[in-house]
Amino acid sequence: MDGSQSASEPKRGLDNNDAGAEFLTFCLAKETYGVDILRVQEIRGYDSVTRLPSAPDFIKGVINLRGTIVPVVDMRIKFNLGEAVYDDFTVMVILNVAKRVIGMVVDRVSDVVRLVDEEIRATPEFGSGIDVHYVAGLVERDDQMLIVLDIEKLFKSKDMALFDAAVAA
Amino acid sequence: MSIDIRQFHAGFFEESLEGLSVMEAGLLDLESGQATEETLHAIFRAAHSIKGGAGSFGFSRISQATHHLETLLDEMRAGHRSADAGVLKVLYQSVDGVRAMISAAQAEQPCPEAQVQAFEAALKAVLGAAPASGSAAQADAPAPAPSSRAAWSIHCAPAPGLLATGNEPLLLMQALAELGELTGTLIEPQGEDVAIETLSVDDCRLAWDLTLVTDADEATIRDVFSWVDDCCALTVTQRAATSPPKPEATAPVAVAATAVAEQPARLEATVAAPPQLPTASIRVGVDKVDALIDLVGELVITQAMLHQAVSGLDPVQFERLHSTLEQLERNTRSLQSSVLAVRMLPVGTVFSRFPRVVRDLADKLGKRVKLVLEGEATELDKGMIERITDPLMHLLRNALDHGLETIEERRAVGKPEECRLKLSARHASGSIVLEIEDDGRGLNREKILAKAIERGVISERPATDADIDNLIFEPGFSTADAVTDVSGRGVGMDVVRKNVLALGGRIELFSNPGKGTRVAVRLPLTLAILDGMSVAVGDEVFIVPIASVMESFQPQPGQMPPLGGQQRLVKVRDTYLPLMRLADHFGLPTAYEGPGIAVVVEADGRRLALMVDALVGQQQVVIKSLEQNYRSVPGVAGATILGDGRVALILDVSRLTAVSALAIAA
Repeated sequence: MDGSQSASEPKRGLDNNDAGAEFLTFCLAKETYGVDILRVQEIRGYDSVTRLPSAPDFIKGVINLRGTIVPVVDMRIKFNLGEAVYDDFTVMVILNVAKRVIGMVVDRVSDVVRLVDEEIRATPEFGSGIDVHYVAGLVERDDQMLIVLDIEKLFKSKDMALFDAAVAA
Repeated sequence: MSIDIRQFHAGFFEESLEGLSVMEAGLLDLESGQATEETLHAIFRAAHSIKGGAGSFGFSRISQATHHLETLLDEMRAGHRSADAGVLKVLYQSVDGVRAMISAAQAEQPCPEAQVQAFEAALKAVLGAAPASGSAAQADAPAPAPSSRAAWSIHCAPAPGLLATGNEPLLLMQALAELGELTGTLIEPQGEDVAIETLSVDDCRLAWDLTLVTDADEATIRDVFSWVDDCCALTVTQRAATSPPKPEATAPVAVAATAVAEQPARLEATVAAPPQLPTASIRVGVDKVDALIDLVGELVITQAMLHQAVSGLDPVQFERLHSTLEQLERNTRSLQSSVLAVRMLPVGTVFSRFPRVVRDLADKLGKRVKLVLEGEATELDKGMIERITDPLMHLLRNALDHGLETIEERRAVGKPEECRLKLSARHASGSIVLEIEDDGRGLNREKILAKAIERGVISERPATDADIDNLIFEPGFSTADAVTDVSGRGVGMDVVRKNVLALGGRIELFSNPGKGTRVAVRLPLTLAILDGMSVAVGDEVFIVPIASVMESFQPQPGQMPPLGGQQRLVKVRDTYLPLMRLADHFGLPTAYEGPGIAVVVEADGRRLALMVDALVGQQQVVIKSLEQNYRSVPGVAGATILGDGRVALILDVSRLTAVSALAIAA
């Protein structure tokens, strides 16, 4: 499988609240999650990751993204979301968060959906591995539960330890 | 339509600050007796530009404040006033004041009024008490003294490039005509450069002899030509005055007479000097140059990938391909060195601010110091220049404060009263070496030792004198009995060393008690490219900077005595070196069971043998930042992209040797 496929979503300004915003949905161990599409830079296949010494195991390492060194995280490992399998369908979502570029490994990428604020319901405490703190809300679509992530809060958090303390502040 | 004029302000600030540096350098030359004819003119021009620019951009306070400064400088360059100690002191004060004003404007802070008023008052005082008494009148009343019309002979010979600077002789004539009655004759070009075929339409090859009858004073006449100062040879002489001589020719009549008589001579002298054409350079934003360097870095990587892709092909069958790629490699290397050279600036730009600091500090401390600068033309990457300035400043202050003796002390030990402080820069095998050398008292080893033991830094006397000297690099160290505002807080040498290490450099100290001290800072020539040796550890490839590699060999079983615990040693000829298995240290899985290769590296005077699976090769790598998207990793200095597109990590040898030393000490 060829390495990189770019997301073809054009950059759009923030729509007004009535029309909602767009989210990229993906799967992590049988659950479906969504992130703000404006944070997604591109989507790549998973290959050639250089390990980083003394890094926590959910940080797989770094890759060469057209000349820039980009770290890769695997949320399945971090939040114990089931077995982390790396096969031909494994995909990396390259995100642009807090002026940094980071890659996130996912099982599968799904559609881009448009959600309006009203649809996003508050999150009750439930058994998903991802800390409720990082979940912006829940949406029910076509009998499916979609967990909307606050990706910036998640990546900036201290226990991800992705950035030096100065940036996370 | 409103143009945001603020984008031009940045240019004005930069140029003004540079102009102030020129002025300061000129003042230092005047003080030390090294000034030439041109020095005064250069200082004047700088002040004039600042005043003009400030006026154009609406910084009226700055323009106002520099007016008297300009007047004083004008008097000096016309010979009406000499550069004595009192005058120089006021000039230094004014330069500092204007600099403060410009910095405040740049930072959008309010103008430092108190400081400005202080130097304005000082200037007025100097101008008021004048050997050339009329200058007071001149400063405050630019209007000409009544009924002193005089005929002036003006010889104006523009340089060929005058028109290109946007100036136009006709406008100059019109401005002169406004001052009085103007008549003149055209001097036609003669000689070899007149053949029509060789003339360029853009050149100005005409000159004029003009006569102007006016009540305006010489300064006003000269003012008309101020914009073409650099590209027009100008002589202004007063013919027989039609009225009583101008007030400025009074008081010591002898002085005035000679001053006026000297004028034409002096003017001729300066006119004879070739007109100053602007230097051939352009200002480029640093970000543009950095973008260029990044692109060249990418080119190097792509070329390496090509090289790898083609390496498998039969050299005979694909001979043309191979040789063309070699050509490409040569071209790429040339391009690379040229582009990196763009960021290189002469160290002189750093050195230039030191004479003033040394002079002020020596004055304050009651010491006589001669600062010698060597190798100012040696070039260094701009990024490094910015980061090395503060450490160098600190080392200089240390030398001045602690190293050099006062006049009495030197007399007492039979040394010449004047201390010698030398700051030099030179290239040495792929690095640049900056040295600060003084002929002072050297380091007081006993005092250092005592302080170190008292602070608990060490428990017993170290083996060598050099080790004692190096104790001053420990954090919090200072033998100063009192903290002065110059130094003594003990944060200095430790931070200096950290900064030097952060630049990938080294710092060494050599002290000769009673004779002097020498500090040598060694820096790599560039931050972006590294010569590296690639080694394999498990599935990964690491890069070891070649500059740190001493040797590599395949260790025999007998060379590695088994020791309990983590630490291992390897015997290299007669000594034992600590051995670090990279796979273990970095927590990487490796299935390699073979003998492996030991690579001996050195940093900060410590040696370490790194155990790797195999040597892969040697290549020039482009250093990529890990911190840009991630954070710093201990033991790793950066990353690079190999020919096959994979990422390889670059080892931080300095840190690894430090870690291993700590492990042994524990």
